Amino acid sequence: MGRYVARRLLLTIPVLIGASFLIFAMVYALPGDPIRALGGDRPLSPAVVEVLREQFHLDDPLYVQYWEYVRGLFSGDLGTDFRGRPVLDTIERTLPVTVKLTIVAIVLEAVIGLTAGVLAGIRRNSFFDNLVLVSTTLVVSIPILVLAFLTQLLFGLKLGWFPIAGTREGIYSYILPGLVLASGSLAYVARLTRTSLAENLRADYVRTARAKGLPNRTVIVRHTLRNSLIPVVTFIGADIGALLGGAIVTESVFNLPGIGREVFDSVRAQEGAVVVGIVTLMVFFFIFFNLVVDVLYAVLDPRIRYD
Amino acid sequence: MTNLDLTKPTAELADQGTPLLEVDDLHVEFRTRSGPVHAVNGVSYSLAARETLAILGESGSGKSVSAQAIMGILETPPAVITGGGIWFQGRNMLEMPAEEQRKIRGPGISMIFQDALSSLNPVYSVGFQIGEMFRAHRGMGKKEARKRAVELMDRVRIPAAARRVDDYPHQFSGGMRQRVMIAMAIALDPRILIADEPTTALDVTVQAQVMDLLKDLQEETGMGLILITHDLGVVNEVADNVAVMYAGEIVERGTVDDVFTRPAHPYTDGLMSSVPQVESKGGRLQPIVGQPPNLARIPSGCPFHPRCSRRRLGAEAAPGRECSTDVPPLRLVVPGREAACHYSEEVLGVPAQ
Repeated sequence: MGRYVARRLLLTIPVLIGASFLIFAMVYALPGDPIRALGGDRPLSPAVVEVLREQFHLDDPLYVQYWEYVRGLFSGDLGTDFRGRPVLDTIERTLPVTVKLTIVAIVLEAVIGLTAGVLAGIRRNSFFDNLVLVSTTLVVSIPILVLAFLTQLLFGLKLGWFPIAGTREGIYSYILPGLVLASGSLAYVARLTRTSLAENLRADYVRTARAKGLPNRTVIVRHTLRNSLIPVVTFIGADIGALLGGAIVTESVFNLPGIGREVFDSVRAQEGAVVVGIVTLMVFFFIFFNLVVDVLYAVLDPRIRYD
Repeated sequence: MTNLDLTKPTAELADQGTPLLEVDDLHVEFRTRSGPVHAVNGVSYSLAARETLAILGESGSGKSVSAQAIMGILETPPAVITGGGIWFQGRNMLEMPAEEQRKIRGPGISMIFQDALSSLNPVYSVGFQIGEMFRAHRGMGKKEARKRAVELMDRVRIPAAARRVDDYPHQFSGGMRQRVMIAMAIALDPRILIADEPTTALDVTVQAQVMDLLKDLQEETGMGLILITHDLGVVNEVADNVAVMYAGEIVERGTVDDVFTRPAHPYTDGLMSSVPQVESKGGRLQPIVGQPPNLARIPSGCPFHPRCSRRRLGAEAAPGRECSTDVPPLRLVVPGREAACHYSEEVLGVPAQ
């Protein structure tokens, strides 16, 4: 297992290099001049433009620019944006917001999704089961943007339960955006749990457990739930990586200064260094949590071994 | 009404002559969207200690369903027990509270299944799954239960039991997995063991080993064994009595020797003729023509009549014994032999009474 993890971690290096180069090339290919845009309404003097273009190697070919960037990386320098702010500082400022948002979203997703799925799966065709089916269908069919405004309107303005923008009220500020961000996955977790549970309840080993005269609780919890939750847990694990990769819409609507919104703003300003830095970090999160899921899989299911 | 005492060894009961289990006119149907499916239609039998009763029949004859009804593990819905009684040591299990019935599973009646791989939980070690019997029914701790699991694995002749107790089901071979199932089933010295096609998924040499093991365990403990199978060879080797099922009914019953040498029901007769014989090498086998009946639309009269070569219809039939309209009851044909056919005497070649 240790060797497997080490191999997978080593494999992330070429992936990250490839990803960062692709992102770099895409930003390079964007039309327009980022330096000219810096000045806004008051054009910068040609001398300043000249100096900035020189400083950021903007007149060099793509591979030179990329090489300069990678060289900086090896000395721990993620570069700066055109205003001279280090990219590392930007990440340090925005990442905690996204991490908090992700944590809230995952907790809501796991707690609500699992509970709804388990109850629906055990009592199939009951009123509650149908409620879960209808509401999850509804949630996945509403676009996230609409859902975001709807929750703001209902829980923020009408009911006044939660703040609707900014991060001033601590964890409360993250409840609504967390819920909106989690909604799709939450519905999926509920459905997945329900189906998986219903399927396992018909499994031969559940019949065996009953034939052994085990109490009903043990049959359900030990011999059905545990097996049913394997796909759910792995889905939630992979979802952490996906959620950390930014919630551009959610962070924008709820005015949260996280990495999703930051990367969106940077793409518009053609801030190559910022975009490459943040997106590469997102890619890393994604790969890392997928690795965690694979390891978790082996822990949960003894049939899966990597050695 | 006496309380169930499951602590005495079964062997002590063996000599008292009272049956351990009596199934009386059991009816089970499955309620499906397209109407009821009659899986078991009035099955009765009894089982004494030390007895091995084989229940023989093709797929869909109701043999497994009746066994699951006895265990109380039928999926309800769709299955519903619509009539009859299951008397375990003199008490009707169908009238017991669910909790009491549960406590009989394991120490009273135990069951092993056909496919040991899917019947064992893949995410727990075999030692844990065997030990669960002691933890659930005897309140033992984890360590003690694990120790007992090793002893049981030894008893069912799993090599290097102490080393393998923490292995998972997928790490065992098919035969060893079935032994794990057996170990689990006999953990609490059950009065009755129901083996539902225990050797169907195994190759022939392993089949023989597993059957020998079951036989030996039965001799040690005196438990009653219900062997559900469609394998005539297995029945011939280990069973004392046999009940042949067709379309959810018992169509013939007697000792294995009698039934196998001189069948009294045309269906049993057909089964015997479809078995290859070493002596008559080169001869053609006689198949039973037609298809097993659809249990949602069981034929009127004798359920076997559409496939029967001896059926008598209309004017050919004796009064009250028309095969397509008159249902033949399971009746005593000759001493020790019951069959559900109007013309059993003819099949047997004895004069009608």
